[in-house]
Amino acid sequence: MSPAELERPLPQPITPEAKPYWDGLREQKLMLPKCQDCGHCFFYPRVVCPQCHSRRIGWVQSSGRGRLFSFEISYQPLNKAFKVKPPYVLAMVELEEGPRLMSNLVGIAPDPKLIRCDMPVEVVYEKLNDEFTVPLFKPAGSAGAGAGR
Amino acid sequence: MSGTMKELSNSACIVGVDESDEIGVLPHKSQLALHLEAITNAVRDAGLKVRDVDGIFTAGQHSPSLLGEALGITPRYVDGTTVGGCSFIMMVGHAVAALHHGLCDVAVVSHGESGRSGVGVTRSRDTSLSGQFEIPYGFAGAPTYFGMITTRHMHEHGTTLEQWAQVAVSTRKWAALNPKARNREPITVADVLSSRPVCYPFNLLNICLVTDGGGAVVLTRADRAKDCAKAPVYVRGAGEATEHVMVTQMRDLTYSEATRMSGEKAFGMAGVGPKDFDHIMLYDAFTSGPPIMLEALGFAKRGEGVHFFEEGRSTPGGSLPINTNGGGLSYTHTGMYGIFPIIESTRQLRGEGGARQVPNCKLSLVNGMGGMLSAAGTLVLANQR
Repeated sequence: MSPAELERPLPQPITPEAKPYWDGLREQKLMLPKCQDCGHCFFYPRVVCPQCHSRRIGWVQSSGRGRLFSFEISYQPLNKAFKVKPPYVLAMVELEEGPRLMSNLVGIAPDPKLIRCDMPVEVVYEKLNDEFTVPLFKPAGSAGAGAGR
Repeated sequence: MSGTMKELSNSACIVGVDESDEIGVLPHKSQLALHLEAITNAVRDAGLKVRDVDGIFTAGQHSPSLLGEALGITPRYVDGTTVGGCSFIMMVGHAVAALHHGLCDVAVVSHGESGRSGVGVTRSRDTSLSGQFEIPYGFAGAPTYFGMITTRHMHEHGTTLEQWAQVAVSTRKWAALNPKARNREPITVADVLSSRPVCYPFNLLNICLVTDGGGAVVLTRADRAKDCAKAPVYVRGAGEATEHVMVTQMRDLTYSEATRMSGEKAFGMAGVGPKDFDHIMLYDAFTSGPPIMLEALGFAKRGEGVHFFEEGRSTPGGSLPINTNGGGLSYTHTGMYGIFPIIESTRQLRGEGGARQVPNCKLSLVNGMGGMLSAAGTLVLANQR
């Protein structure tokens, strides 16, 4: 698939310290950096632990479960390269392991009356091409993978 | 008091302020021209000459050395701190320290931004992290980040869309009194709630303008300020801090640690507290920003900052006027707005506010954010020592 046909901008530039994250997603695993010294799990990937400043960083697989920490509903495209039809839900998810990350909430109507902060969510994977898969989130226990956007 | 510049309180003064010749939509002016207009206007306001300037402070795409070159001067002190729109507010504190130590004698803090028309601008952003972790999901532009703080605030504290809308209404009332403000027609809470949805929880009237313009502030030591054209405005307190860049990294999504720290430092240096102010300028890129800033600055309990914007409080004639120039919401917002609240506070303390003059204005607060409450700068300004 050429970039012109993609619905989303490909993640770029990929930083070397984030490679295990992107490698994991290709296998439908959500991998998180974890400090080997203090045990702090964090995101985004970096070469130093933001809690104890150790340089010994390992990786763990996330359960993929968490809560919708906050959200927005975008009613207009703000980036020409992002071609998902509005309205869509911009999501900040807090994973069970602690870190927060940005994503989209799918599988629910983009209606602020239906979406609530702290609602439980779980990961679904959207393959962009052979190299990149991104983690999206849906209401926990709801049917359907990336559908219902 | 350790951690503040208490001994530098009142040691330096703002002696000149002005915008570029015009602000608004300026496709006929380059970004550099906006800087140079603002600097020459502010230096004239101070009763000084451009050749008196030996310290240049600026944020954004143009370096302080470029401004020196364009002005034909060789500054002996420069500062290019660029941490968002509050950088200029922070630089007033930096200038106080530099002036105190004799690193420069006349400091100019300059802003120029062709934020709407993009004339003489190279658009480039640091995307090393957002390109990987935000942009693939449709994040683009400040509303898609600041909304996260706002939605969570509503969830945790019960704040409402109507309350955010009241911030826009109050600010527009001030804009109606400022001939330089871009949007001056009165609006109601209902107008805000029925304006075009952009990115929930924000409709169009919850979001600042996008304009072109420049502004500059001239400072010198208090002893020399007496010889300037206008009454000096003393920098009684200054503080700054940064916390995060990516909004996911904000420790508490509804409370700005950077704002709290900057306020604590500025108030400590000045020896004042929230109850002492006659006038407040807060960085209003979004209607939810100023109330959340007041909470972090200690003016209000968490969730209660919105009450400061009720009729009779922040509004014209009210008990504590806020954003009297019409703010980023209605006056101008070039992108890095932070120079403009400093200009307005100075004018209010000088008694130059015209129809919007706050009576008996002696002590003014300037607080601004960079990014998404990522960085913060606070100033305590006064017209007497």
